[in-house]
Amino acid sequence: MNAPNKSGWKPEMQVAESGFLGGPVTTTGNRGLMLEEPLLFEIGRADVTGVDLPEVDASAPTRLGGLERSDAIGLVGLTEPETVRHYTRLSRQNYGIDLGFFPLGSCTMKHNPRLNEKMARLPGFADIHPLAPQSSVQGALEVIHQLGHWLCTLTGMPAVAMSPKAGAHGELCGILAIRAAHEARGDAREVVLVPESAHGTNPATAAFAGYRVEDIPATPEGRVDVAALKARLGPDVAGVMITNPNTCGLFEKDFREIADAVHAAGGYVYCDGANFNAIVGKVRPGDLGVDAMHINLHKTFSTPHGGGGPGSGPVVLSEALAPFAPLPFIRQGESGEFYLVEEENREERGPSFGRMTAFHGQMGMFTRALTYILSHGADGLKQVAEDAVLNANYILRSMEDILDAPFAGSGPCMHEALFSDSNFAAGLSTLDVAKGLIDEGYHPMTVYFPLVVHGAMLVEPTETESKAAIDQFIAAFRGVAERALAGDEALKQAPYYSPRRRLDEAAAARKPKLAYEG
Amino acid sequence: MRYLPLTDTDRQDMLAKIGASTIDDLFVDVPEVARLDGPIRGLPMHASEMAVERHMKALAAKNLVAGEVPFFLGAGAYRHHVPASVDTIIQRGEFLTAYTPYQPEIAQGTLQMLFEFQTQVARLYGCAVANASLYDGSTACWEAVAMATRVTKRKRAVLSGALHPHYAQVVKTMAHFTGDTIADALPSITSDPELTGLIGRIDEETACVVVQYPDILGRIADLAPIAEAAHAKGALLVVVNTEPVALGAIKAPGEMGADIVVGEGQSLGVGLQFGGPYLGLFAVRDPKHVRQMPGRLCGETTDAEGKRAFVLTLSTREQHIRREKATSNICTNSGLCALAFTVHMTLLGEKGLRELAAENHRLACLAADRLAKVPGVEVLNNAFFNEFTLMLGGKPAREIIRDLADRGVLGGVSLGRLYPGVEALEHALLVAVTETTTEEDIERLATELEAAIKETV
Repeated sequence: MNAPNKSGWKPEMQVAESGFLGGPVTTTGNRGLMLEEPLLFEIGRADVTGVDLPEVDASAPTRLGGLERSDAIGLVGLTEPETVRHYTRLSRQNYGIDLGFFPLGSCTMKHNPRLNEKMARLPGFADIHPLAPQSSVQGALEVIHQLGHWLCTLTGMPAVAMSPKAGAHGELCGILAIRAAHEARGDAREVVLVPESAHGTNPATAAFAGYRVEDIPATPEGRVDVAALKARLGPDVAGVMITNPNTCGLFEKDFREIADAVHAAGGYVYCDGANFNAIVGKVRPGDLGVDAMHINLHKTFSTPHGGGGPGSGPVVLSEALAPFAPLPFIRQGESGEFYLVEEENREERGPSFGRMTAFHGQMGMFTRALTYILSHGADGLKQVAEDAVLNANYILRSMEDILDAPFAGSGPCMHEALFSDSNFAAGLSTLDVAKGLIDEGYHPMTVYFPLVVHGAMLVEPTETESKAAIDQFIAAFRGVAERALAGDEALKQAPYYSPRRRLDEAAAARKPKLAYEG
Repeated sequence: MRYLPLTDTDRQDMLAKIGASTIDDLFVDVPEVARLDGPIRGLPMHASEMAVERHMKALAAKNLVAGEVPFFLGAGAYRHHVPASVDTIIQRGEFLTAYTPYQPEIAQGTLQMLFEFQTQVARLYGCAVANASLYDGSTACWEAVAMATRVTKRKRAVLSGALHPHYAQVVKTMAHFTGDTIADALPSITSDPELTGLIGRIDEETACVVVQYPDILGRIADLAPIAEAAHAKGALLVVVNTEPVALGAIKAPGEMGADIVVGEGQSLGVGLQFGGPYLGLFAVRDPKHVRQMPGRLCGETTDAEGKRAFVLTLSTREQHIRREKATSNICTNSGLCALAFTVHMTLLGEKGLRELAAENHRLACLAADRLAKVPGVEVLNNAFFNEFTLMLGGKPAREIIRDLADRGVLGGVSLGRLYPGVEALEHALLVAVTETTTEEDIERLATELEAAIKETV
């Protein structure tokens, strides 16, 4: 039942009545290498600092307009060794790709190459100011230009907007371009159609941009219901937002037909590119009739997720939407120099819908993504998609005999395999399986998403895993799944072995405590 | 390929298990018209680490590195010394390669760090609650306006003329689509921020008034009269801060009555990075507004054994639960930059932040005095922190800046670049000074500026 363990060691400790391992209680609360760490505000002091600076000279003249901050700010400091230890101890309570398999569906947790980190830290990229004279930052502008060129080449699209800060910001960019395009021809449309399997950011983005959102149902095969979508098209529909490959892990094989119908009805097609890793180097979305698609550089192009960002979400655009791209963007002059088109370039900016962010986008992510793309090249990126899809199908076919895989009969999956909780014993849930996997040393898959599947478990292995690592995961996943099928009550208390047991999330929301008091 | 562990034998074995004969059997759902028959054209093939490094280094070498020349640029992005341990900590794989902490049992490192970060930001801003970060200061500024419209159920925002023009542009771009009305203005070239006119623009329809502190020209003024005027009309005061180090020296916006305080956190820990990734800070003074806040919030709770633990909370505000009714569409934020900020702030502490702020101000005063002696140059500001405006006596600042760059000095940001086409602002130059600036740098700027002015017609 346990995953293979080459050392041959198997835990024989007993689960005590308290629900945790037996063994002596320690004075510190630590358990060997599992170290508890107090809050910064419990160990830091107001008069301690880890940076050597000149003491404040209270008699020095100031020109602060009489607005000196005289009351205590309430901050505390640590010396450097204490700081390093505080955060090193905290880091050990985290799971990351560097530690193990992280099959979080739709999140593409692939290896983050360290060459990317090294390149992003070159002073020529890291230590330059966004408003430096453009003649002094030609190399930086060229990085943005080169990356944009590769993104256009890989997607088969003519233009790209580089400034969006993350996936959801990229969605916003695409939807604003669509609105601007409609407005430019005096066509006020109010509705954006979004399949019910979409990421939550899709409807939130459309609403944030002032649209009314309407759901499009899914077919029993897990794809967009084309007939329902076509029936809803009309003069009030500005466009559709469709994820392809979709969140059920399937390729929308009727995408071209959908796009043609939307275009015929005067709308535009937004493709959520969150799952581009499945098709990068294999399929060009531009050949499918896409008008706008964001690319999460922190997914497909391996920039680190960092515990919740920063991301980066460039948006490729069709000929129809390109003129409306946000400011600033980069052009190359006749003598080969690169320059930014900003608010002042009145002729060149054309009907751009305006600025989405200060400065030019996530440069630190651009250098990493370009390094990744150049490392892989055309052949390597194609292999990335193939291995990601192969790994996912291997997991799907290794689990479908014991878990319900609602769309397994629809054919191969793309880069992620989807399962439901429909054959679990009464009282056992997807959450229990996720927490059981934590005890086995894995980060759980995405759970309860997409919403179209009951108790969804969405497994995305990516191309990063070896066959041995995947076989080991399958053994662990089967072990936990069997416990859920058999009604193992102990699973409902999992995890047992993580730095914390299940949290009281209801209490956190009922009486929010969002800052240290004291 | 060094990043791909599967061997050809593995691939064959796995295809056999799946029941497929070739990899393309797994792509059957892709319509034929969209299938590529080989590696995509127009891209080179894979390359070694050494070859890629060579390519990237050649590009990096084309840029003039800020740390290698006298450097005085600010206007929303400041060059500070980042202690060496900051980068070491953010490169720990457990932080670098983690996801948003959706599984709190194995993400306490990120969650506790965020709880500490939120506390630091709230205290720095003089507020009750801060969120776990947004993309950057400019997008945080729009989120504040959007939140104010939700809280007040009004649709008009008044922007100070001295708000960073990029921030104002972002707000106007978004408001165009949401149907909100934005009343903006150009900065007035005065020694102190012009508050009477701003107060006069607040009316009963106003959701919020947005003020930058210190403002785009580096000026600082007491915000309490604006807070009072806004509150008298039922509007909120949104204060934007682009230089968090300033708040180690001058009063916190929350203390002066700001309702929402947002800003750019890049100064601490993050670095210049040509404009991104940066760090959006967002806080509210009154805890009753928490449920209208955008973005992630980390809260304290306990686990099944009664141990203190942290978790993302109040997520019913967010897109993955509320979908089209969410307070914002934001998902990924700026977690690793928040870590860099909080580590740097922990190293500084109250004592270090105050010393850092005092050192910035001391050097800025030195620079202002020295530059005021350059013939034809005047310092506009009465009060400032580490950035001030120089009037160049009718000389075009953009040309002077380019000339200075040719002389190996990155001398500041011209208002002509920030406000293209506005004649009244063409002769003004923003100069920022931090602890990284040396007295020799200041002398060099003064000398070269004098020469550049002489040579410019």
